[in-house]
Amino acid sequence: MWLANRASHLITVLIGTSLAVFAMMWATPGDPVQIMLADQRATRAQVAALRHEMGLDLSMPHRFALFVWHALHGDFGRSFFHHRPVIDVIGERLPATIELTLAAAIMALLIGIPLGLYAGTRRVRLPDRIVSLMSLIGVSMPGFWLGLLLMLVFSVTFHLFPVSGRMGGGDQPPGVTHLLVIDSVIAGRPDMALTALRHLALPAITLALPMAAVLMQVTRTAAMEVMPADYIVFAAAKGLPRRRILFLHVLKNALAPAVSVAAIEIGAMLGGNMIVETIFSWPGVGRLVVEAIFDRNYPLVQAAVLLYAVFYALLNFVADMLYRVLDPRVAA
Amino acid sequence: MSASLALSPGTLAFRHFRRDPLAFACALFLLMVALIAIAAPAIAPHDPADADLLRRLQPPVWMSGGDWSYPLGCDGLGRDILSRLIYGARISLGIGVFVVALATVIGATLGVLAGFVRGLPDALLSRIADILLGFPYLVFAIGLMGMMGPGLSNIIITLVLKEWVVAFRVARGETLAAREQDYVEAARAIGCRRARIMRDEVMPNILSPVVVVATIRMANVIIMEASLSFLGLGVQPPAVSWGGMVADGRDVLAGGWWVSTFPGLAIMLVVIAANLASQGLREAFDPRLRQ
Repeated sequence: MWLANRASHLITVLIGTSLAVFAMMWATPGDPVQIMLADQRATRAQVAALRHEMGLDLSMPHRFALFVWHALHGDFGRSFFHHRPVIDVIGERLPATIELTLAAAIMALLIGIPLGLYAGTRRVRLPDRIVSLMSLIGVSMPGFWLGLLLMLVFSVTFHLFPVSGRMGGGDQPPGVTHLLVIDSVIAGRPDMALTALRHLALPAITLALPMAAVLMQVTRTAAMEVMPADYIVFAAAKGLPRRRILFLHVLKNALAPAVSVAAIEIGAMLGGNMIVETIFSWPGVGRLVVEAIFDRNYPLVQAAVLLYAVFYALLNFVADMLYRVLDPRVAA
Repeated sequence: MSASLALSPGTLAFRHFRRDPLAFACALFLLMVALIAIAAPAIAPHDPADADLLRRLQPPVWMSGGDWSYPLGCDGLGRDILSRLIYGARISLGIGVFVVALATVIGATLGVLAGFVRGLPDALLSRIADILLGFPYLVFAIGLMGMMGPGLSNIIITLVLKEWVVAFRVARGETLAAREQDYVEAARAIGCRRARIMRDEVMPNILSPVVVVATIRMANVIIMEASLSFLGLGVQPPAVSWGGMVADGRDVLAGGWWVSTFPGLAIMLVVIAANLASQGLREAFDPRLRQ
């Protein structure tokens, strides 16, 4: 029953978001045919033929139905700029974005949850204050500025990390997963893995810190709520070591809110990606979209926004399910 | 006790807020930035668009080569950073306040309507809200701005389009609770029309949570505007925005760290102040959080 409910909500949102993305086309100034033709001269008949080919002469509901039908088959039209199917262009850039997002998410979880746990379970106020201050700064710092500061300090001043880009195309490991760090390890090339990691470090940190700040906040609050519970007091009373109490009892109960927030924050990362990839010239989907905007390559922008929204909706769906698994009280 | 009973909730909240030194200081800081923004033409030492390549990347006053007439140094085109910061406050705060105010008025009105009337309007508006929440914020903003093109009015449209949902949800929830209250019942019993009950009975009673949430959202809107401007999708030159200033500094990072550092710092300070002030405001308005 619950699942059916959530699934129907998911479907509503998916249909709604495609409708919204479809409607975004109206916001585009100018006629798509004219944009596509750019400066080329065309006769009336040619323009009409192109309109027909692009389905622009059909009724709106018909066009929307076609748009969804094609999208379901992975057909988002052709990129104006690359003269190739949009989905291929996006697919090429996807591994770089996945690698960056995964690295950032792992980093955020590893920083945010332990620190939150630490702050929420200490009676001393100082560490708690410091963690709260850190998370306030973390959520208030614009990502694009954080990225530039990191670049300024670690690349420009101390030359510890490369300024931008991913690993050079010539010396990449053979593509298995297309995640360069993992591919390097598979290829048995620790030197390559290190180069890949060095390129990855700053953009991943930039993306991770805001998420870590939020996770810290959530875990801290959850831990503070759990600490006075009888079973924690009992566990301490029967002499369980502190570490065991923290990881077995407190973390278990603080995890449910942290996980659902993590899912939402990964969604926020999708937007953050566009900025971070632009700053660090990371060759992922985010930068592709920003470039496409300036090239007025609307089919690509449209497809990317739709894919992001679909991914975000699925992520929320999964987070809801995880929440129920981790916190059986919600299911009851 | 008897004295505080005679006071309006607003006065009480203000008294409490004043006793919260951190939040109050933050509110004063924001007020000061707002005054600076308003008085920009009078206080800015130079014309923010006045470029002179002879002053290109002149450092701040405390570094060698800096001088007092350009205290925070100059950018890659030799424009005075302090003056640009002062003018940039107009865009950052202006858009922050305007977008949140407009979104709150629209969202609260629709929220009261949906919560009070229920039925089809409620179902429809709630679905639209769900759909808009289905987009990650920045993806929506960048995507729509990318389609519509940059510019002040497009930023406002984009951010309001995404932002009204917040006020809508709060107002709708509060209205659902309020419509079961005795005072609404009483108004209905003496034959008030629905529009009047919504306007004169429900609206004033749900206003404080809506306003509190609005102030919390301001920090977010300021960051969104700055992010769009950073990408070049925001206000266009000669208008100055802090996000755009950070972007200008990106190209001269190695030769002039000050170009991007000061506007970034300005954004961060304003956002921190907005966050802390709104936290204080929330505590002041929520009797359960008052100590």
